[in-house]
Amino acid sequence: MRTTLRNAVIAASLGAATATLVAPFLTAIILPVSAQNAAQDAPGAVGIDNFTFNPQKLTVKAGTTVTWTNKDDIPHTIAAVSKQFKSKALDTGDAYSFTFTTPGAYEYFCSLHPHMTGTIVVEAATGSNAAQ
Amino acid sequence: MRDFNDDGLSRRKVLECMTWVGTGVLWGIAGGVPHSLGLIGEAAAAETRGLTFLQISDSHVGFDKPANPNALGTLEEAVGRINAMPVKPSFMIHTGDISHLSKVSEFDDADRIISQTRLDVHYVPGEHDFLDEERKLYRERYGRGSKGAGWYSFDANGVHFIGLVNVVDLKAGGLGNLGSEQLAWLEADVKDRAASTPIVVFAHIPLWTVYPEWGWGTEDGGRVLELLKRFGSLTVLNGHIHQVMQKVEGNVTFHTARSTAFPQPVPGTAPSPGPMKVADDKLRSFLGIASINFVQGKERLAIIDTPLQG
Repeated sequence: MRTTLRNAVIAASLGAATATLVAPFLTAIILPVSAQNAAQDAPGAVGIDNFTFNPQKLTVKAGTTVTWTNKDDIPHTIAAVSKQFKSKALDTGDAYSFTFTTPGAYEYFCSLHPHMTGTIVVEAATGSNAAQ
Repeated sequence: MRDFNDDGLSRRKVLECMTWVGTGVLWGIAGGVPHSLGLIGEAAAAETRGLTFLQISDSHVGFDKPANPNALGTLEEAVGRINAMPVKPSFMIHTGDISHLSKVSEFDDADRIISQTRLDVHYVPGEHDFLDEERKLYRERYGRGSKGAGWYSFDANGVHFIGLVNVVDLKAGGLGNLGSEQLAWLEADVKDRAASTPIVVFAHIPLWTVYPEWGWGTEDGGRVLELLKRFGSLTVLNGHIHQVMQKVEGNVTFHTARSTAFPQPVPGTAPSPGPMKVADDKLRSFLGIASINFVQGKERLAIIDTPLQG
């Protein structure tokens, strides 16, 4: 899937900051790709439409910043079940971002409309590029 | 599609109904039995004995989306209708979502309009009133003397009124929530009251399960009914769903009031419970001014205007 591939690429470039050995190589090749795509279609985008998180389950690589954008006429929030993150109320058109650095499954919901639930699955940066 | 009549509970000796009335619903209590007098404006002249009070809900001041670009204006119209009533109610309850985004300016505007009724107003919060970081704005304005997140009780003409808060500490995947602290308070609050005392409970989200797929219900609402089941007359008034629904079961009447701001869809008839855009010239009928005869087409949703029966 296109999005997943791009997420992997960007996660790798973010990971480069810590993985100094491979950083120059990765950034040199990858930056143009991410720059090309980031503007129109962020790697970790979740829309809120019709009281639903879309996609309801999103898989990203560690280091990805996920951005939720409220497209409803009613405010919503993003609240981790674990309480690790929580947005303020997002009015129509407002967005909230959180960067996931640790692999795991992050369940969240709208604290105003708790029947709205979603999951962000964070995978380790790809095997060959993961920090050694 | 799930039908809100499905839950057995509501079918036993029940009158299910759905009416499209009230900007405000006028309640009369005579002989300890509350009964809806119908839509304000037409109900006003009814001969009532004892206490009458008004319920308004879901003003959403600040809402300006297509479903109603001027929610403050329709609140103003509702207040105009209240002021035109020939029989002045004793007081008003507001079942939450006073504001749309908990902004100071929204609360200011709401207060400016609602105060024109010159009625005492007893509020409970909706989730839209608790959007500021520390939930201070609501509590400072409306929650003085209340417990916890804003629950309280008071008496009027021998009727015991209980305002509950079911919009905080909501759990993922769940419904409205009261919590053990509030339920313990409720138990103590009614412990020494005679079973003959009429009880009116009001809260924002319906305390009965209207449509869980849209979160229209309260997780531990059943506990309230257990704690109050010994009382001969129990009336449960809610808002949140922006449409009138009434269920009468035994000595319990459940009722939701309409919004003064915008309609929401009948359960299951839309992809989401979001604001429902209707034709501009129909909006006010959905907000309750002239559509008391609107009948939901199916027999299970027949309009009913019946006093509470024991």
